[in-house]
Amino acid sequence: MREYQNRKNAQAKAYYSDRFYSAPPVPTTDVATDEVFAADLKSLESKFKIAKSYIQAGQMVLFINPEDIKAVMIHLKEELAYNFMSEMSAIDFLEKAGEFELFYQMLSMTKKKRLRVKFSIKEDQAVETISDVFSSANWAEREMFDMFGIIVNNHPYLKRLIMPEDWNSYPLLKTYPLIGDEAGQWYEIDTIFGKEHRAVVGPEIRDTKRVDAKDTTQFARVRHEVPYGEAPSSKPTNYAQFQEDGGVPLITKFNGEQKTLKDRK
Amino acid sequence: MAQHKVNYLQESGLPVALTTVDKLVQWGRSNSLWPLTYGLACCAIEMMASGASRYDFDRFGTIFRASPRQADVMVVAGTLTKKHAQFIRRLYDQMTEPKWVISMGSCANTGGMFNTYATVQGVDRVIPVDIYLPGCAPRPETLQHALMILQKKIRRESAFQKLKPKRLV
Repeated sequence: MREYQNRKNAQAKAYYSDRFYSAPPVPTTDVATDEVFAADLKSLESKFKIAKSYIQAGQMVLFINPEDIKAVMIHLKEELAYNFMSEMSAIDFLEKAGEFELFYQMLSMTKKKRLRVKFSIKEDQAVETISDVFSSANWAEREMFDMFGIIVNNHPYLKRLIMPEDWNSYPLLKTYPLIGDEAGQWYEIDTIFGKEHRAVVGPEIRDTKRVDAKDTTQFARVRHEVPYGEAPSSKPTNYAQFQEDGGVPLITKFNGEQKTLKDRK
Repeated sequence: MAQHKVNYLQESGLPVALTTVDKLVQWGRSNSLWPLTYGLACCAIEMMASGASRYDFDRFGTIFRASPRQADVMVVAGTLTKKHAQFIRRLYDQMTEPKWVISMGSCANTGGMFNTYATVQGVDRVIPVDIYLPGCAPRPETLQHALMILQKKIRRESAFQKLKPKRLV
């Protein structure tokens, strides 16, 4: 049976009381609870400095030094049989902590275990490539460079992967506006026609629900219609007469003079 | 032996049909619209369905071409990204005159739900559009309807008008 809740004043209450709900953090457990992970951690700790480690949702999470990343990856691959790097990227914590958090998601086919290697770098700090250890990191690091502007040292071909090469700024930074900066908003006009053409095409209409009451080229206000492109008028047009308003019960003849929307497209 | 009978009284005594050159040329043009396959996203699936046997675009004389040189109409089916915008313009320029554009689906019309930095907010910012086809994604019937409206539009036009540069936006 469900727990009793007092519903006396339920109607008066706001339906969503917690408007800015934040999900509870995923519970973490100690690494010692899993013997495979515990052995892996022991092996890593003998060689590298592990700042923090825990198990979260069945996966071990390790925080290492940024300088150790390549050696840690080689160790994971050759000593600990983590032979697959499924994913790597960064998270922008610049505002919160002044740094990027990089994560490398590893999978061991033989152990059937996944672990995540994490570390933080400052905004202007570069990171060493691991693409010669795991080839899957090649494009992942390029994407990270594309989206966050993080330089990857010794990468064989560090070029933008998704955005055009002449794109300004890095779109996955939290400071980057969702609709793009100025260069981004005019990108297609600038590249195809040149900057002089901006005035011809005009800015992007981002608000698709926008209805401008003063715009008489695209909209006609009911009973306030004016000819195409003319200034809006507050005076109601009286060409439509309704019976309820004491108008004519039947329209016998159409008066073309009263038609106001001559140039309507 | 032929069994049909020509009504010479009704046809002014001659088996001749009179028409204007405009009508003849535009009849020919409108009934062999060859679209450039321009599938950019999920609308392309509906476009392909329109071309396939069930909805059968061939009935309209519409046969998809893979080259802009052989195409009369560009069906922009899907989301146009800013990275790709210059290529759609180049392909549009490579199409021979006269040419028309059908903007298929919300993304091609206005950017649709992709109100983001990477999406062109309507292909009419880059190429002039003749028919805006609403829907997300429009069904094949809708695309057929758009094509029939385009055919009507072409039949209304004069065949020998000077090709005005089409208005962008």
